[in-house]
Amino acid sequence: MFSLENITNTTHTWLNQTFSPTLALLTEFLIVGVLVIGLFAVLGLVLVFMERKVSAVMQIRLGPNRVGPMGIFQTLADTLKLVMKEGLTPNGADKFLFNLAPFVVMITAMLILAPIAFAKGFQMWDINIGVLYVSAISSISVIGILMAGWASNNKYSLLGAMRSGAQIVSYELSAGLAVLSIVILSGSLSISDIIASQQNGWWIFKGHIPAIIAFVIFIIAVTAETNRAPFDLAEAESELTAGFHTEYSGMKFALFFLAEYVNIFIVCAIGATLFFGGWMPFHIGSWTAFNNIMDYIPSSIWFFGKTFFLIFLIMWFRWTFPRLRIDQLLNLEWKYLLPISMFNLLLMTFVAIMGWYF
Amino acid sequence: MGASSLIVLICAAVAFSAGGIAIAKFMVKGTKNTAKGEAYECGIPAKGTPWDQFNVGYYLFALIFLIFDVELIFLYPWAVVVKSIGWPAFVEIVIFMFILFMGFLYAHKKGALKWM
Repeated sequence: MFSLENITNTTHTWLNQTFSPTLALLTEFLIVGVLVIGLFAVLGLVLVFMERKVSAVMQIRLGPNRVGPMGIFQTLADTLKLVMKEGLTPNGADKFLFNLAPFVVMITAMLILAPIAFAKGFQMWDINIGVLYVSAISSISVIGILMAGWASNNKYSLLGAMRSGAQIVSYELSAGLAVLSIVILSGSLSISDIIASQQNGWWIFKGHIPAIIAFVIFIIAVTAETNRAPFDLAEAESELTAGFHTEYSGMKFALFFLAEYVNIFIVCAIGATLFFGGWMPFHIGSWTAFNNIMDYIPSSIWFFGKTFFLIFLIMWFRWTFPRLRIDQLLNLEWKYLLPISMFNLLLMTFVAIMGWYF
Repeated sequence: MGASSLIVLICAAVAFSAGGIAIAKFMVKGTKNTAKGEAYECGIPAKGTPWDQFNVGYYLFALIFLIFDVELIFLYPWAVVVKSIGWPAFVEIVIFMFILFMGFLYAHKKGALKWM
């Protein structure tokens, strides 16, 4: 049958039969590298276009509709414009760190892709501590942001970077606790084991109330972690011009912009994996006939469908809630979300030990 | 692919970013202008340096974060085995969280979580 798993296996055996093992391995590296770069480019184009169209629908207007049919080439035109722009480095900036920061942000965005399962058997690295790996790597991106803000020699950039640091660091706690409650249920940190444990239903349905609370906390926390509205204080355009990337222009700005959208995709992919079963089709307990029908839809479509649903949810937030103030933001995390997620974790432990889940 | 995928991913990220910046450098014919290099602070001439001492007010949050982050690291291995160990693990984590929560309440009462 036609599936991503079969294609990778066929390619792997064909390469190993035709070339020497070293050459085959190098060719595989090259293919994976090209695929990942392609994924990044396509994600950037699709998500920016989706963002603009979703905002247009929310505000009852048309959105981009001139470049190409329905305006689908709008982002391509924007990218071309950004490539043609001069990349400035301001006087008095720390040149080395200023130019290094986009690389740090891009590398962290790229590294998180390693343990994500895009389809059945289509995963780069099935590491046994997958969830821990994701939360460890994702906290590195804050260093890139602080680097960019500090090196710019601009007060707005520095303030934006510090806000962003405080925000990402704070909301990481509740995101981590929400993730842990799913780890308790599935009893493993590996992404593929977590997906396999949802074979007879997704955790958001099987885990009762604690799983739903954990999901709500997770979505709030990742919205804050990716600096999205209503938590976009780090680049609040009406207060700080553009926050930590005020001084960036041209391609370097485009890299920050792309990394932001890729990060949204990644956190939504993690959310879809933990709560909605990743590539696992919609299964209900022992309804074998129903489950078999659901299996006919390819696993990659399930994965991307769930991920894009969550991305749509986060885009929806942007046009629903007004921006918070920095003290409200920190209050929300430390006085409400953190205690709630701690008690939710204990509740989840109780439910798991009593066996009150399906 | 295993751990070697990390090297591939880092190389891909560097190639993508460096390639983009290099193409942009090649395409652009920049002009010289002294005003171009100035810090952009909404058109007002920039005064002083941002690399100065000022009250940030985030460091208390950073300290409390450190405590809870270490707690989170302890919770990861616990979460994997809690279902197989059962009640003893539950009681232990309740004690652990109670002590941490007392510390959190103390910080709250001291006003560490108040903004400025």
